[in-house]
Amino acid sequence: MDRIPILKFGNALLVTIQVDMHDQLATALEEDLTSKIVSHNARGVLIDISALDVVDSFIGRMLDNIAAVSRILDADTVVVGMRPAVAITLVELGLSLTGVKTALNVERGMAMIHDRLAGSEADDADDED
Amino acid sequence: MPTTRTERVGIKVSDDVVRVRQITRAFALEVGLSLVDQTKIVTASSELARNTLDYGGGGEVTAEIVEQGGRRGVRLTFDDKGPGIADIEQALKDGFTSGRGMGLGLGGAKRLSNEFSIVSEPGLGTKITIARWK
Ligand SMILES: Nc1ncnc2c1ncn2[C@@H]1O[C@H](COP(=O)(O)OP(=O)(O)O)[C@@H](O)[C@H]1O
Ligand SMILES: [Mg+2]
Repeated sequence: MDRIPILKFGNALLVTIQVDMHDQLATALEEDLTSKIVSHNARGVLIDISALDVVDSFIGRMLDNIAAVSRILDADTVVVGMRPAVAITLVELGLSLTGVKTALNVERGMAMIHDRLAGSEADDADDED
Repeated sequence: MPTTRTERVGIKVSDDVVRVRQITRAFALEVGLSLVDQTKIVTASSELARNTLDYGGGGEVTAEIVEQGGRRGVRLTFDDKGPGIADIEQALKDGFTSGRGMGLGLGGAKRLSNEFSIVSEPGLGTKITIARWK
């Protein structure tokens, strides 16, 4: 079966979704990401959906699940590049994706992950005082 | 209501749901729907195609470009011979699912369309029609 590739960037994982995914492909991505967060010790996950011209409740739930699982595994998920028409449609569909952080593009998403990591390292340093 | 183009797609495996999205997009483009309206009808088509597959045991969709009073639109009719929906009002409620979904497909498809109708007979199947007008 096809798989969506997952790339490693420092301590973050990057997924660029470039195909209109059928449901099994989305489910496989969710499972692959979960195991890679653990095996790569990842602290952040970036999911680039700028190529997606539609996100329905199945893909929406996948994004929500990935965000929830990564939070438990102490990694931040940022969904980047959601098209405006997709965002408008998701709200009308009834999916608010409240648990999902979003950013305009990959650079800003990566910056969000690094900011959080820098913040938590600073906290650790404070604790030692 | 004159129909200027028709296409029928069988919905039997999850790749067919992707095909339904693609054909809906092509028809919406041909009608000249705005980008947001295209996205709405394509999303609705995806929800209903998945229901046809997951709950209806498979079926088909008929996609049409229709004209009425000088307006053009996309109409989609999803048809299956599955178990039917006993309580349509309950099925339309946001959050209701008899499976493992989010329970947003039917209600969402209704909100994302200009027209929405369900005919369902327990034991005989389900027919859902939606339309989006330019
Ligand atoms: N074609 C169908 N045949 C039989 N039951 C259906 C069909 N479509 C929807 N349903 C019923 O309506 C419920 C709600 O559907 P939906 O709003 O799409 O939510 P979900 O797909 O997440 O369950 C389904 O759980 C199912 O019980
Ligand atoms: Mg559904």
